[in-house]
Amino acid sequence: MRDEDIAVVEEMECVFSRPEALTDKAFHYCPGCTHGIVHRLVAEMIDEFKLMDRTVGVCPVGCSVLMYDYFECDMIEASHGRAPAVATAVKRTDPNRFVFTYQGDGDLASIGMAETVHAAARGDRITIFFINNGIYGMTGGQMAPTTLIGQRATTSPSGRDERLTGAPIGICELLSSLKGVAYLARVPLTSPKNLKDARKHMRKAIRAQLEDKGLGLVEFLSTCPVQWKMEPIAAMKHIDENVVKVFPPGVFVDCVGDLQK
Amino acid sequence: MEKVHVEVNRCKGCGLCVEFCPRHCLELAAELNAIGYHPARNHDAEKCTSCALCADMCPEGAITIHRKKRSKSA
Amino acid sequence: MPETMTPTKTKASTVKSDAPPTGRKRLVKGNEALALGALAGGCECFFGYPITPQNEIPELLSGWMPKLGRVFLQAESEVASINMLYGASACGHRAMTSSSSPGISLMMEGLSYIAGAQLPCVLINVMRGGPGLGNIAPSQSDYFQACKGGGHGDYRCIVLAPWNAQEMFEFPGSAFELADRYRMPVFVLTDAVLGSMLEPATVPDLEQLPPPPKMDKPWATTGRGNRSHKNVANSLYLVPEDLTEHNERLQAGYREALREVRYDTRYLEDAEYVVAAFGISARVGYSAVNMLRKQGLKVGLFRPITLWPFPEKALAELARKVKGILTFELNCGQMVEDVRLAVNGVCPVEFYGVAGGVLPAPEDVANVVRKMMK
Repeated sequence: MRDEDIAVVEEMECVFSRPEALTDKAFHYCPGCTHGIVHRLVAEMIDEFKLMDRTVGVCPVGCSVLMYDYFECDMIEASHGRAPAVATAVKRTDPNRFVFTYQGDGDLASIGMAETVHAAARGDRITIFFINNGIYGMTGGQMAPTTLIGQRATTSPSGRDERLTGAPIGICELLSSLKGVAYLARVPLTSPKNLKDARKHMRKAIRAQLEDKGLGLVEFLSTCPVQWKMEPIAAMKHIDENVVKVFPPGVFVDCVGDLQK
Repeated sequence: MEKVHVEVNRCKGCGLCVEFCPRHCLELAAELNAIGYHPARNHDAEKCTSCALCADMCPEGAITIHRKKRSKSA
Repeated sequence: MPETMTPTKTKASTVKSDAPPTGRKRLVKGNEALALGALAGGCECFFGYPITPQNEIPELLSGWMPKLGRVFLQAESEVASINMLYGASACGHRAMTSSSSPGISLMMEGLSYIAGAQLPCVLINVMRGGPGLGNIAPSQSDYFQACKGGGHGDYRCIVLAPWNAQEMFEFPGSAFELADRYRMPVFVLTDAVLGSMLEPATVPDLEQLPPPPKMDKPWATTGRGNRSHKNVANSLYLVPEDLTEHNERLQAGYREALREVRYDTRYLEDAEYVVAAFGISARVGYSAVNMLRKQGLKVGLFRPITLWPFPEKALAELARKVKGILTFELNCGQMVEDVRLAVNGVCPVEFYGVAGGVLPAPEDVANVVRKMMK
């Protein structure tokens, strides 16, 4: 090998890889499902804030019921909807822990609504990652409290009828009146730019806990391509065109503030 | 070293990386991977800028991105 | 002091908190004794929701626990309470809740998860009348719920039934010891009378309480710290063979716990007839036995202290020596099923019980025994 040849070998650096907080196990989710994206974002945050040694995650019941297999941190598998109650006990028994829950819309906004509202009202120092895809994925596509009016689900075969089942519940709108909430934001997971926003929201929702300000929650407008019966890309377009009209993205509560540079 | 390394047997061929690549240098392979999907691959490494948007949108965490080390002396 | 019969073949356990309590003898209400006993037994956190007739427990603990640097939280519901218990016990802390019958019903799902995840915790049930809203009067109608499941799946809870204020103080501590030893939930099953009754008992002052014991729980989800592996608290096993194995593991633990069987007996040496009763009905039953003894009748008392594990061997032996057993309960006949299973037809087993909150007088029980003797 001549010296000139060595000169042209360009040195490469890794600029994007799986976060350390994720295990090597392959996700079981359907193709194009955004659970995997949020899992990775949560893991990135654990890495970024260097929280691995003191994190306890609380998993939901739903498609992400097995998420304890995917994270390197200690995890507790809660029963359906009760993750915030589990989380508040984990936090209160040792406030040095970083405690997050990861919950879908059936889990958080239907069966677990009481636990959600009261954790928020108490200002529990926990961080909630809320996956809103407007449907029950795991059980087979039934109507959720966040299903859009007119949307077909296996328990609303002609489309959700507002007169029969009410209108979709906006969790951010609902929780924004509670003083215990320190950070509250909603973001669609439909583009790299939106993921950048998602990370900003997640940092603040985590800081709300770490800085002892109150409860932090980020709602992710997520896809369920299989139960929506859409291609993954069409599902993302559906969020951008329709879902955001019912669930407008944005920051609803921010008592955290920006870090001084 | 490849700029875009797709862990072939993690990929479920959802196509989000293909859709969000600003340079259109990704595609789904014609052949199937071990779990029965058409995995994504970079077919135009020349055009690829290692921007990592594909990896960011990948729900499987299947993509690793490398890029040329930027020289400090330049 | 009661004559306590040691089971013949199983080893009697040594439960630390059964050691004579330091403190002074004073009048103490049953619910207060339970609260003090929980703190003396190392309860680090309490989660509960108000319900009569046990409200003194959370009321007292809400004042005491923060002063002792322990965690008290009034939950939004019993459903939340039990899941808070789940979270705290998963992290290795001694966690307790107290409630009364309808509230305990609401906790059954969470209890099943706790049992499934092999987590220790303590539940106090100050039983009231049921079913449904029932009333707030004394009852023992949650025997089945505590001893036979209540929640879904094959699980067991150790069930301790105190009969006086002293035991109300001692049993929460025993319950924590047992819960940690077998990694399973433990009930202290009592009722509205015992909870509200003032009685002398030797109990410590708040200042005399020891700090909760430091315990090594390598399975706890405390956050990884320097641990090389993660811990997971979980009861999900999707692969049938895995769930079978998990169930076998649980059952093996329950078999181990059988050695903790405890009971109390009075006048059994020459007894021809025996009243079998637990908790408050054993108190009434014991008064009836004393009345009958004064009349020269050979009657004794058998009081299960652990309702699970049930003292079936001791009862089986007893059945060979006596002419009949009267099971007396404040319900329509629950423990009597276990008595009959244990006795297995060797001697007649009769039942006397009243549900709904009426507490029969000793004379009522004595009359039933007299009828049996005819």
